[in-house]
Amino acid sequence: MNLEHLSLLQQLMIVLAAVVLFTSFVLLEQARLVAAIHVFAWQGVLVSLVTAIVAASGGLLHLFFSAALTFGLKALLIPWMLHRLVRRLQLDRHREPLPRPALVVMAALALVIFSYWLVLPIVQEELIFTRNIVAVSLAVVLIGLLMMVIRTQAVAQVLGFMSMENGLFLAAVSATGGMPLVVELGVAFDVLVAMVLFGVFFFQIRESIDSLDVDRMNRLTERADDQ
Amino acid sequence: MTATLWSSTTWFSTPWFSTMWSSTTWSSTLWWAGAAVGLALLSALLSLFTAWKPRLLRSVVMPVFALAGLAALIAGLLALITGSVATAELPLGLPWLPWRVRLDALAGFFFCVIGVVSFAVGLYAPGYVRGFEHARDPLPALGGFTGLFLTGMLLVVLADDAFLFMVAWELMSLSSYFLVVFHHDQAANRRAAFLYLLMAHIAGLAILLAFGVMASFGGDFGFDAMRGAELSFAWASAAFVLAFFGFGTKAGLVPVHAWLPEAHPVAPSHISALMSGVMLKVAVYGFIRVVFDLIGEFHWQWGVIVLAIGSVSALLGVLYALMQHDLKRLLAYSSVENIGIIFIGLGLALLFLANGRVIIGTVAFVAALYHTINHALFKGLLFMGAGAILHTANEHDLDKMGGLLRRMPWTGSFFLIGCLSISALPPFNGFVSEWFTFQAALQAWQLESGVLRSIVPIAAAVLALTGALAAACFVRVYGVAFLGQARSRPVRRAGAVPLSMRVGQGVLALLCLLLGVLPTTFIDLFNVVPQQVLGHGLAHATSQGWLWLTPVSPKTASYGAPLAALALFAVIGLGWWLLERGKRRSRRCDAWDCGFAPPTMAMQYTATAFAQPIRRVFGLLFHIDEAVEPQQDGRLRHRLQITDRLWGLLYLPVARAVEKAARRVVRLQSGNVRVYLGWTLATLLGLLWIMA
Amino acid sequence: MNASSWVLLPIQALLYIALAPLLAGWVRKIKARLQNRRGAPIWQPYRDIYKLFTKETRIAHTASPLFGIAPYVVFSATLLAVTAVPLLSIASPASAIADVIVIAGLLALARFFLSLAGMDVGTAFGGMGASREMFVSALAEPAMLMAVFTLAMTAHSTNLASVVDYQLHNGEILRPSYMFALAGLVLVAIAETGRIPVDNPATHLELTMIHEAMILEYSGRHLAMMDWAAQLKLLLYGVLLANVFFPWGIAQEMSAAALSVAFAVIVLKLALLGVLLAVSETVLAKMRVFRVTAFLNLALLFALLGLLSHVILEVGA
Repeated sequence: MNLEHLSLLQQLMIVLAAVVLFTSFVLLEQARLVAAIHVFAWQGVLVSLVTAIVAASGGLLHLFFSAALTFGLKALLIPWMLHRLVRRLQLDRHREPLPRPALVVMAALALVIFSYWLVLPIVQEELIFTRNIVAVSLAVVLIGLLMMVIRTQAVAQVLGFMSMENGLFLAAVSATGGMPLVVELGVAFDVLVAMVLFGVFFFQIRESIDSLDVDRMNRLTERADDQ
Repeated sequence: MTATLWSSTTWFSTPWFSTMWSSTTWSSTLWWAGAAVGLALLSALLSLFTAWKPRLLRSVVMPVFALAGLAALIAGLLALITGSVATAELPLGLPWLPWRVRLDALAGFFFCVIGVVSFAVGLYAPGYVRGFEHARDPLPALGGFTGLFLTGMLLVVLADDAFLFMVAWELMSLSSYFLVVFHHDQAANRRAAFLYLLMAHIAGLAILLAFGVMASFGGDFGFDAMRGAELSFAWASAAFVLAFFGFGTKAGLVPVHAWLPEAHPVAPSHISALMSGVMLKVAVYGFIRVVFDLIGEFHWQWGVIVLAIGSVSALLGVLYALMQHDLKRLLAYSSVENIGIIFIGLGLALLFLANGRVIIGTVAFVAALYHTINHALFKGLLFMGAGAILHTANEHDLDKMGGLLRRMPWTGSFFLIGCLSISALPPFNGFVSEWFTFQAALQAWQLESGVLRSIVPIAAAVLALTGALAAACFVRVYGVAFLGQARSRPVRRAGAVPLSMRVGQGVLALLCLLLGVLPTTFIDLFNVVPQQVLGHGLAHATSQGWLWLTPVSPKTASYGAPLAALALFAVIGLGWWLLERGKRRSRRCDAWDCGFAPPTMAMQYTATAFAQPIRRVFGLLFHIDEAVEPQQDGRLRHRLQITDRLWGLLYLPVARAVEKAARRVVRLQSGNVRVYLGWTLATLLGLLWIMA
Repeated sequence: MNASSWVLLPIQALLYIALAPLLAGWVRKIKARLQNRRGAPIWQPYRDIYKLFTKETRIAHTASPLFGIAPYVVFSATLLAVTAVPLLSIASPASAIADVIVIAGLLALARFFLSLAGMDVGTAFGGMGASREMFVSALAEPAMLMAVFTLAMTAHSTNLASVVDYQLHNGEILRPSYMFALAGLVLVAIAETGRIPVDNPATHLELTMIHEAMILEYSGRHLAMMDWAAQLKLLLYGVLLANVFFPWGIAQEMSAAALSVAFAVIVLKLALLGVLLAVSETVLAKMRVFRVTAFLNLALLFALLGLLSHVILEVGA
C-alpha cells in the first residue's frame, strides 16, 4: 500500500486513527482522573471524526448519524456524567500514578504489534487500506483492557471499558463502513445504561468499602469477614 | 611443532598472487598459523623455567607470546588478503579420525582478532607481571597457562573437525580456569573460578550435542561432512538452539552471563584483556561457524531469537555496568553489552538472510564482524588501563580513584580513546560498527512480514538506548577515575607505569583510531569473509573509494569517515591555534564552585552518586538494597547493594535443586570400597547391555 | 555533487557560526517582551562572546589538560554536526559525509567532553551537572534516533539531504508517522538544548541547572566557546525541525537567486520557531529532575509510535 495513492480523506483517516491510538496511550498513562476524562472525550471526538470522514467519502448517510451520535454520547454526555460523578465523589484531585509507567507503555506497544500480527492474515482486496486501521482499533481495544487490568481505581477502569468500546466502534466503522443503524443505536443505549449503572455502583462501592480502589474489594469475600 | 609437519594444500584465489608467492613457504597462511601455535606452545614451555629465574617471564616468555600473536596476525591477514582456503591433516588424533585444520577467511579474521590483542598483551605483560615476581605467586603457572590459553584459542579457530574443535575448546576453557584462579588465596576468587568452570562445561556439553546432531546427519565429525548434511527444520533448529546456548553461555549472553562478571575481573589484568577481548570472540566465532557456515540455512525464527537475546544482553549489560564501582567488574559487564551488540548484528543477518535480502543480511553480518574486532581492541585496551591503575595504585574501586590523568598522562590518554571508542563516538571504531548495524536495521522496510518490520526498529531503539547508556557509563568511569581529585592515598601517589605497558596500550589505541577513520579500507579487507561464508560480499560498501562508506548504496547512506575525522581534527586544531597560541596564557586559580569554600576530594560526585538518576529510573531491573543507617558513634552510613535480579530468578533455584540432588547422591558415599566397586560393576553391566 | 556545492560548504558552516548567537538573542528578546520587559538587544550574545574572548581565562588548580581542550572539541563536534544539516541547499556534500546517525554521534561526542569537563575540576556542581546531563541524554538520544529513523525509513535514506529532498517532493501527503516524529523531535530538542521545562538556560540557581553546572568553572575564551557551542546546538535543532519537516523554500539548484530566497525563508522559519520556543518557555515551568523522565518517556513514546505507525499504517502491504 502506498500513501500516495490514497485520497486526502483517506490519508486524514489514517492520521486520525493514529491519533486515536495515541490518545489510548495517554489515557493509559494519565494519573489524574479529570485529565483522563478529558482525554477520553478527545478520543470520542476523534472517533466520531473518523466516522464522519468514512461517511463523507462513501456517501453513507446513516454514518453521519452515527458520527453525530458518537460525538454526542462519547465526547459530550459520558465525559460530562463522569466529570460530575468524580466531583460528587470528591475525586477531582485524585492522582493515581502508575507504578511502572515505562513497563506499561512497553506492554502496550507489544499489544500494538500483537494486534497487527493478528490482523495481518486478513487479505481482502477491498480491505487493504482499512485493514491497518482495523489493527489500530484492535490495539485500542486491547489497551483499554490492559488499562482495566492495571488501574485500581474504579472510575479509571470505566474509562478503560469505554475506550475499549471506542476501539470496537472504530473497527466496525473502518472495516465494514459501520454497523446497521439499529445495532448502533442499541450499543449506544447499552453504553449509556452501563454508564448510569456504573454511577450507581460507585456510590454503593464507596459506601461499603469507603474507597473506590477495587483492590480493596478483596475484603468483601467471606474469608475476609471471618478474620 | 615446526613447519615441516604441515602438509599444506593451499590454493589462492588470485592468480598473480599464486605465481608470485606460492613457491615460498613463508607466504603460506598455514605456515604462519603453525608458527603462531608453535610459538604459543613454546612460551608455555619456556615459562617452566621461571620457577628458577622469575625474570624470564618478562624477558623471554612474554616476548615469545607477543611473537605468537604477531604470527597469528600475519596468518590471518594473509588469509584475508589472498582469500585463500588452506587445509591440512595433522598426524595427531585418533587413527580413523585425524585432526584436520583449515584456515579460511572466517578463521583468518578471527586469527587477526586473536593475534592483534595477544600481540598487544605480549607487549604489555612484561611490565605488568613484574609486580608478581617478588610475590609468592606461581609464575610457571601464569606463563604456562597463558601460552596454553592462546594455543587453545588458535586451535579452536583452526579446527576443521568437531573432535579437534572440542579438544581445543576444552584446552581453552581449562587453561583460562587456572588463570582465573591464579589469585587463589581469596575464597571469592575460587568461587568465581568454579562458577566459570561449571558454566564452561555446561556450554561445552551443549556444543558437543550440537555437533552430535550435525554429525549424525553428515555421517562424519569433519566440518565438510556437516556442511553437506541436509537437516530437517526440526533437527536444524535443535542444533541451532544447542549451539546458541553453548556459545552464548561462553560469550556471556543474558541470562547465562552470570559467570562472566565474576570470573573476568579476578584474573590478572592482561588475562582479563585476553578473556574479554579474545575468548568471548572465539565463542562468537563458534556461533558463526556452526550457524552460518555448517548449518548454512537460515530461518527467521532463529533471527528473532538471536535478536531478542542480543538486545536484552546489550541493554542489561550496560545497565549492570553502570551500577558497578569495581572497575574491572564494570568492564566485564560492559563485555556482556558488547557481545549483545554483536549478536544484534548476527540476529539481523539471520533475519534478512532468511527473508532473501542477501545484501542487507551481509551488511548486518559485516557489522557484527566489525564490532567483534572493535570490541576486542577497546576492551583489551580498557582492561590494560585498569591493570595499569591496579599496578601503580593497587586500586580497583572507582570510588577511591580520581585525578589519575595528571598522574599517568599516557595511560589516561589511551584510556580516554578506549572510552570514546566503546561509547560509539565518531571518529573512533565503535561508532563505525554501530552505524553499520543501524544501517542494516533501517532496511527493515524490505522485510515481507509486518511483524518483523516492527520488531527490527525496536531492536534499533534498544541499540540506541544502549549506546547512550554506554556513553553515560564511560563518562562516569573516566570522570571518576581520571578526572577530579584523588580520593585515596595510594591513588594520590600513583605514577606512570613502565614503558612496555604504555606501548601495549598505545598499539590498541592507535588501532581503535585507525579502524574508526579508515573503515572502508578495513571493510574491504573483511569483505572476503561473507564472500566465503555467505557466498556474497558487500558489492557496494566500498565502491565509492576509500573515502566513502556506503553499505547499501550511496543514495541510501554514506559516511565519509576520513573526511569527518579530518574536519574534526582540523577545526579543533584551528581553534586551538587561533585562541591558545602565543601569550594567551590562562591563569591558575582556585576552583570557583559558586563561591563556596575550595572543593575537597570528599565533595566530588562519586561513581555511585553519578549513576543515581539512572539507578532510580531503571530500578526495576535491579535488586537494590539501599538504606541510611545511623552508626553507634552517631555518624550516618549509606549502605547500597545492587545485585543482578537474575541471580535470584534463575541461578539460586537451579543451585538449590543441584544441592538437593547432591544430597541424595551423598547417600551413595558410604565409605565402603566394596560398595563403590559394586556400583562400578553395575554401571559396566548397564553400559555393555546398551552397547549390545 | 559538483564543485559549487563544495564551495558552499564552508560558507554554510560560517553562516551557521554567525547565525547561532542571533537565534539565542532573538529567543531571549521575545521572551523578555512576553514577560513585559524590554530585554537586551538581540545582538547581545555577540557582545557577550566578544567580551568573554577579551577577558582573562582562569583555570582551577585541580584541572587536568582535558579541561583546556574540551571547549575546542565541544565546539568543533557541534559545528561539524550542524554543518551536516542542510541549511540553504539540498546539494550539500556535508550531508553525504555525515548522515543523520553521524550527526547524533558528533553531538554525543560533544556531550561526552562537556560532561568530562564538568567532572574535571572535581566540584560537586560539575559532577551533578555531568550526571544529570548523561541521564537526560541517555533517554533523549534514543528518542531522537527513533524520530529520525522514522523519516529515514520513509525516505529510504539516512542522508539528511535526501530526506529533505524526499519530503520536498512527497510532502503533501499526511503522514501520521511524521506527525509523531515531529512531536518527539520537538521534545528531544527541548531536552537536548537545555530549555525549560528540562533545564533553565538563564539561571545559576544551584539545584535546577544541568548545562550551567557543567560549565561553571569555565571563564574567558573557554566559556565563550562553550556558550557558542550551546547556541550552535540550538540552531541545529531549529534548522533540523524547520528544514526536514517543512523544507519548502530550500534551494534545489545552485543559483544566487535560489540561495538568497532559501536564506530569507530559513531566517523567517527560524524566527517563527524562536517565537514558539519563547512562548512555550514563558508559559511552562521548570520540572523537577525526576519529572524529566516522564517528559522524555513521552518523547520516546512519540518516536516509537511514529515508527510503528509508519510500519503498520503506511507501509503495510
